[in-house]
Amino acid sequence: MTTLLDTLSRRSQPSPARGREVLRERGQREVFCGLTGIVWLHRKIQDAFFLVVGSRTCAHLIQSAAGVMVFAEPRFATAIMEERDLAGLADANEELDRVVDELLARRPEIRMLFLVGSCPSEVIKLDLSRAAQRLSKKHAPDLRVINYSGSGIETTFTQGEDACLAALAPEAPVAPAGAPPSLLVVGALPDIVEDQFRRLFADLGIPRVDFFPPRRSGDMPPIGPSTRFLLAQPFLGDTAQQLEARGAVRLPALFPFGVEGTTAWLKAAADAWGVAPATFAAVVGPGQERGRRAVERHRAALEGKRLFLFPDSQLEPSLGRFLARELGMTLIEIGTPYLNRTLLAQELDALPEGVVLSEGQDVDRQLDRCRAARPDLVVCGLGLANPLEAEGIATKWSIELVFSPVHGFDQAGDLAGLFARPLRRHALLRV
Amino acid sequence: MKLTVWTYEGPPHVGAMRIATAMKGVHYVLHAPQGDTYADLLFTMIERRNHRPPVTYTTFQARDLGADTAELFKTAARDAFERYRPEAMIVGASCTAELIQDDPGGLAKAIGLSIPVLPLDLPSYQKKENWGAAETFYQLVRALVDQSVDRPPRLAGDRPRCNILGPTALGFRHRDDLLEVKRLLRRLGVDVNVTAPLDATPDDLRRLSAADFNVVLYPEIAGAAAAWLERTVGQPAVRTVPIGVGATRDFIEEVARVAGVDPSSALEDCATRLPWWSRSVDSTYLTGKRVFIFGDATHAIAAARVASEELGFEVVGLGAYNREFAREVRAAAEKLGLTALITDDYLEVERAIADLQPELVLGSQMERHIAKRLRIPCAVISAPSHVQDFPARYSPQMGFEGANVLFDTWVHPLVMGLEEHLLSMFRDDFEFNDEAGPSHLGHGAPPASPAPAAPVTSALTWSSEAQAELAKIPFFVRGKARRNTEAFAQERGIDQIQLETLYDARSHFSR
Repeated sequence: MTTLLDTLSRRSQPSPARGREVLRERGQREVFCGLTGIVWLHRKIQDAFFLVVGSRTCAHLIQSAAGVMVFAEPRFATAIMEERDLAGLADANEELDRVVDELLARRPEIRMLFLVGSCPSEVIKLDLSRAAQRLSKKHAPDLRVINYSGSGIETTFTQGEDACLAALAPEAPVAPAGAPPSLLVVGALPDIVEDQFRRLFADLGIPRVDFFPPRRSGDMPPIGPSTRFLLAQPFLGDTAQQLEARGAVRLPALFPFGVEGTTAWLKAAADAWGVAPATFAAVVGPGQERGRRAVERHRAALEGKRLFLFPDSQLEPSLGRFLARELGMTLIEIGTPYLNRTLLAQELDALPEGVVLSEGQDVDRQLDRCRAARPDLVVCGLGLANPLEAEGIATKWSIELVFSPVHGFDQAGDLAGLFARPLRRHALLRV
Repeated sequence: MKLTVWTYEGPPHVGAMRIATAMKGVHYVLHAPQGDTYADLLFTMIERRNHRPPVTYTTFQARDLGADTAELFKTAARDAFERYRPEAMIVGASCTAELIQDDPGGLAKAIGLSIPVLPLDLPSYQKKENWGAAETFYQLVRALVDQSVDRPPRLAGDRPRCNILGPTALGFRHRDDLLEVKRLLRRLGVDVNVTAPLDATPDDLRRLSAADFNVVLYPEIAGAAAAWLERTVGQPAVRTVPIGVGATRDFIEEVARVAGVDPSSALEDCATRLPWWSRSVDSTYLTGKRVFIFGDATHAIAAARVASEELGFEVVGLGAYNREFAREVRAAAEKLGLTALITDDYLEVERAIADLQPELVLGSQMERHIAKRLRIPCAVISAPSHVQDFPARYSPQMGFEGANVLFDTWVHPLVMGLEEHLLSMFRDDFEFNDEAGPSHLGHGAPPASPAPAAPVTSALTWSSEAQAELAKIPFFVRGKARRNTEAFAQERGIDQIQLETLYDARSHFSR
């Protein structure tokens, strides 16, 4: 079987597709900041707490962004800075120590504390890395304190996860020299998806597979030159750099969205471990088949429909590729807040000709383009969805794409379903 | 720094957005970093508005900080003016932009727009959402009201005219309250000059001064503007908030007095079923139900009156999260023999509810979550709002119809009288499993935790016999029985609660 990956790896670099023209926009960006990532990261690392050092706006954002007021006492909170903190009447470090003590008294089971920088903490240049070091020393060995910035001035939405994981990577133990090669899957995935991938890698005969971030802070995987890593998400550029700095080697591939992407992604690992093509085909065959069948069910709803993606999660190019190639959708514009051409090289090559790629945003102008194009389906954030629906344009809110299990063969049908549902609904309603 | 898990109010610029979004022809240019646009979803998702809020954000990033954020602001303001052609513009900064001190007001002035441009100074590190809304509305009124408009002298037979002040975007039931209050005013023969900010244009604000008086629906929002109008234009303000039957009657009388009209026909309006519903026999089981009330000051104070005077509940806790109105809440609590809980710390509210073990919680969505966890019935009476607080149906809190709504929404979460009767009749029935909880507490609600909460003092224990007897008490009064018994035992220095202790306590506390 010739996979897409085989085709891609034969191509010379730089491929013409990578020279694709990109529309760069600067204007109002209708996107979340990186703090939003806390909503899914705190579910993933089960003994971690995320303490945002910020303003009332930060606290309000996190509770509004995902409508997450469902966990009565979640493992995240905000240390809200007040007038006296800014006026220098209170020593920021003393205040932070006090807040952390208060927090730990309530939640003694916490083993890892993230101090998360915000726009105001960055602007007043509050040094959270030194605070993290100091607090780590103070609370060792029960608690590790790590800092990263999820501020809107530095991170867009999913970049918050990248910043978090990039800060976490140096905490991982060093893989001993001469250790046998191990596979690391990077990016927060729902547990059920992790378990599916773990079974597939085991069946392929890859002996050691770790996931990063780990479910518990004590289970940090060793990382070193023997580590081969697959990114599960396209937005993890800084994390990839951190891992590479420790000698780990990235296995470039399409991202595991849809049957094609998942196959290529698994194949990258299989090739690195020299898995025989017949074994690979036998292991992934059943999943591919299930995935294809599940995706096929949504083809009728999506085929030939015109799609416009607003920038949000950086998943947009991968999703566009999946929807165009496996469901026959026509792509009008793929917006992404940030285009990492290295990590997305395979994805960009796989995109059909004629689609407009845009990076950054000027939301008013993008809405003008969108309205003029009259797409059948728009993928956009929560602030834009209802206003577009009111104009008669079907929308899919993009935030669901980072909160739902969408990776791998067994979620390919669900992923297609997320896009088909708004169209089915539009067709159903008679009111 | 203040450790905050959940917040009751957003930052003050969200309050300003609520005013701008409520109005027509006003655009808000907000100097704010990328990410602050999240606030749009409050309006488009929670309130299901079909338009984006009229807000342009500069969404500056780190790289802009080294360059020229001031220029960015000017471009954003100019572009917003060109694109949206508002009749008035408000400009300001969110928390981060406040720190970089670009002076949006000065910058907007410098670009010389042909419309009124109002700079807003909303200190993000001191104030909160309601204050921001009140300040924005006050500033707009102050800047736009035409003070030279003399009220035409009222001739005999002229109908009095009032303004209705306070309803905003994202307001808790403001949409329906407004209709209800307009109905009351119509019944009184009072005309409405302007309603603001909801659906008002800048021109409407200019002619506020033409009314005889103002009706303040939400003091949190309109109190400051109404006080200024009273001082400057000499318009008296009606400040009774018509939530509940009694308060609605008071409101009618106050309006009648200020407007010089006869209240009797409006008072005779029998649109409310609450009085009879409350007197009918099924409601006897409501008597003395212990209720905890928390919300914004206006709704909490009103709820306390309705709960105690119109439903016969016992108010065991009363509080509010907006400190600006602490005085009023304290006074209302004192009348009920309580000490008000004034806090915006969600965890403190949770502790108070857990300690008091009320039979009903009337609160915001935050208290709904607390109550869900503690398995106490709850009804929502106040912002912060949730998508559920914008029902498709007509569901006011104010006026006579509002009183009907209050009766239904507060009483339905409770076990109904007849149901309570059946529960006690069958409580020892082997097929009756009260661990499953009542059906109305939501499908799939987890069963009540079998592990009892820690007793008041750790020295106190329960004999297995007493423990088993406690389990036979219906779940909705079990918490109270447990608390009373433990308090009773503790007072008498009893270390282990026996069956007798339980029944002694019961007789001691029986009303």
